[in-house]
Amino acid sequence: MSSDHSTNMPFDLKSHSDKIKLVLVGNPNVGKSVFFNALTGIYVDVSNFPGTTVDISHGIYNEYIVFDTPGVYGVSSFNDEERVARDVILSGDIILNVVDAVHMERDLFLTQQLIDMGKKVIVALNMMDDVKRNGLKIDIEKLSEMLGVPIIPTVAVHKIGLDEVKNKINTACTGNPISGIREKLKEVMPLVSNPSEALLVLEEDENIIARNNIQKDYNLREKIYHQRRERVNEIVDKVVTQTSQGASFKTRLSQMMLKPLTGIPILIFTLFIMYEFLGVFIAQTVVGFTEEIIMGTYYNNFIVSIFEPLLKGHNFLEKFLIGEFGILTMVPIYILGLLLPLVIGFYFLLSILEDSGYLPRIATLVDKSLTKLGLNGRAIIPIILGFGCVTMATITTRLLGSKRERFIATMLLGLAIPCSAQLGVIVGMTSSIGISYFLVYVLTIVLVFIITGTILNKILPGESTDLLIDIPPLRIPRIKNILSKTYTKTIMFLKEASPLFVIGAVLITFMEHFNILVGIQNIIAPLTEGFLQLPKEVATAFIMGIIRRDFGAAGLFSLAEQGLLNDAQILVSLVVITLFVPCIAAILVIFKERDWKESALIWFGSIFISFLVGGILSFILI
Amino acid sequence: MCLSNARPGQFIEIISIPDPDVKAQAIRFGIYEGAKVKCSEVINSGPVILQNRMQEIAVGHNLAKKIKIKLVS
Repeated sequence: MSSDHSTNMPFDLKSHSDKIKLVLVGNPNVGKSVFFNALTGIYVDVSNFPGTTVDISHGIYNEYIVFDTPGVYGVSSFNDEERVARDVILSGDIILNVVDAVHMERDLFLTQQLIDMGKKVIVALNMMDDVKRNGLKIDIEKLSEMLGVPIIPTVAVHKIGLDEVKNKINTACTGNPISGIREKLKEVMPLVSNPSEALLVLEEDENIIARNNIQKDYNLREKIYHQRRERVNEIVDKVVTQTSQGASFKTRLSQMMLKPLTGIPILIFTLFIMYEFLGVFIAQTVVGFTEEIIMGTYYNNFIVSIFEPLLKGHNFLEKFLIGEFGILTMVPIYILGLLLPLVIGFYFLLSILEDSGYLPRIATLVDKSLTKLGLNGRAIIPIILGFGCVTMATITTRLLGSKRERFIATMLLGLAIPCSAQLGVIVGMTSSIGISYFLVYVLTIVLVFIITGTILNKILPGESTDLLIDIPPLRIPRIKNILSKTYTKTIMFLKEASPLFVIGAVLITFMEHFNILVGIQNIIAPLTEGFLQLPKEVATAFIMGIIRRDFGAAGLFSLAEQGLLNDAQILVSLVVITLFVPCIAAILVIFKERDWKESALIWFGSIFISFLVGGILSFILI
Repeated sequence: MCLSNARPGQFIEIISIPDPDVKAQAIRFGIYEGAKVKCSEVINSGPVILQNRMQEIAVGHNLAKKIKIKLVS
C-alpha cells in the first residue's frame, strides 16, 4: 500500500514496506506531538532530513507507520520546514490533520489544501475546550459535510477523543476539493505521478516543477489560493458562531505584551528571569560542578591516567590526544562540562518562550529596532541564543528569510555578542574596575552592534525580508513538549558542533606545536603595544580567545591580577577581546554556513573593528 | 492609504499586496486583497497587528507601507 513515489526520504523504510504511511500534519503549536506520542508510544526514531536542521520523528502504530511533520501553514516551499513537510506529505497514504478549533480560519487553509491534493484525510479538531472558553460554538456535523472528511473533536492534552481518532483512522477519505480543481489537475496529470504533485505544479512549487522537469508555466497559485481562501471563509462563516465574548485575561495580557509601554517592562522582566536562570544558576552553579568537578577533575584524571602510560615517548600524539587542547581532554571537558548545560538551559527557555506564544510577541516588539539593522523581529532568536553560544546561534541564523539577513546576523553575532563562556569572566573583571568603566564597556559594545548593523544595512545590496508572522494565542506550555524540544535541539547542536570543536582543537595543537601561535603574537605585538597601549602579553590572551573565548578573558584576568594592567587598560583589552573574532568552533561554523568570501569578510572585519575600536578607546582613556 | 497609517480599532479592507510570495503567505493567514480585518494594535513606526476573528497577524512596518488599504465602517 506504500506509495511508490517516495521522494528523498531520509529513512530506511524497506522493512516497513507493508505498512500504511500515516502522516500527522498541522499548523505550528496545535498539539500534533500529543497525537504522535499517543499513537506511537515511546518507540520513536528521529531522523534528520538531509541538508536541513529539520528532524522528522516516526514510529509504528498497528498497521501504520506514523510520521510527524514540522508545523506549517500550508504545503509549499517557503522554507526548510515547509519543504520537508511537503515531501513527507507527498509520500503519505493517510493524513491525520490536527486543527486548532479556535483558529479555523487559519488552520482550514491547510486542511482544504490537503483535500485539494486528493489525499485521504481525517481531521482531529483539537483544543475543543478553548472553543467554549472563547465563547464560540462549532457545528461539527456541518463542518464534516462541507469538507467531506471525518472530523473528530478532541482535547488531546486531556486525552479526550484520542481513542476515537485511533479507531477511525481507517475512515479517512478524499474530501470535497474547491470547485473546478479536478479539471485543472487533469491537464497536468500526464506529466507527474499523482494528483498531489499535479496540484503543487499548478501552485507554482518550484521544487516539484523542477523534479518533474515541467516546462510550461501554469501561474495559477494566486487564483487557487484565493479560491481556497474564499471556500475556507465560507465554511467558517457557516459552522462557527460567536455566542459570547470570552477569554479576557489572556487577551489583555497579549495586548500588554505588544504595546511598547507595557511590553518593554515585561520583556525586561523576562530577560532578568532568564539571566538569573542561565547566567547565575546554570553558568555558575551547574557549570561549576559539571566543568570543574565532574569533567575537569574526575574525567580528566581518569582519561589522562589511561592514556599517559600508552603515549609515553609520542610527544606529538600525546599533545593531540591529552594535551592542553587535546581531543580527549579539552574537547569533551568544554563541550560536555561547559557548553552542554548552557545549551540545554538556553533551548529549554527558548522552547518555553516559543510554546507559550510569547516569542512571536517579542519578535513583534523588537521588530522596529532590528529593522534599522537590516534584520526583522525574527532575528531576536539567534541574538538571544548568541549570549549562550555563538556557535549555536550561528547555526540558527538559517531561519532568517534572506542571505542578506543571515550575513548581517552572523557578523553581529561574531563581533558584538559575548557568549556565556566569556560573559562570566568579563562580569568578574568589570566588577574590579568600577561602575563607570563598566558602563563605558557596555556602551561601547552596544554602539558597535548598532553602528555595524546600520552600516551593513546601508551598504549591502538587496533588501531584507519584512516581518509577517502569526501571533498565536498565549498558552501555558506543556512540560513534556518543552523537554522533548530541548532534547532534539540539544542533540542537533552536539552533532553539528562537536566535529568543529575537534577540528578546532587539532588546528590549535598543531599551531602551538609548530610555534605558529607565538609567531602570531609577535606579529600583532607592535599593534598591541603601539596602537592599543597594552603590554605585549595581552596578545597571548587575544590568541587564546580564538581557542576558547573564556580562555582569552581568563588570560586577561590573570594579567590584571599580576598588576600588569591598569583600569583603563583592562577596559580596552576587554573591549578588544569581546569584539575580536569568535572562538574557533564559531569561525568554522561560519565558514560552513556562509561562503568563504563572506566568512573571510566577517573574520577580517571583526579583527579590524576590534582593533580600531580598542585603539580609539585607548587614545581617549589611556 | 497604506496599512502603516491604520490606527488601532479601525476596520479596514485590503486593496493590494505587492509581492507574490508575500501575497501567498499572507492569504494563508486570512490577509488578502478584499479581506476585511480589524487593526488591533500599531507599534509607532513598527509592526501593525491585524485581527480576523481569533487570528492575529503582525505585519512589519516596511511591508505595511506597501500594502494599500481603505477604511470600512
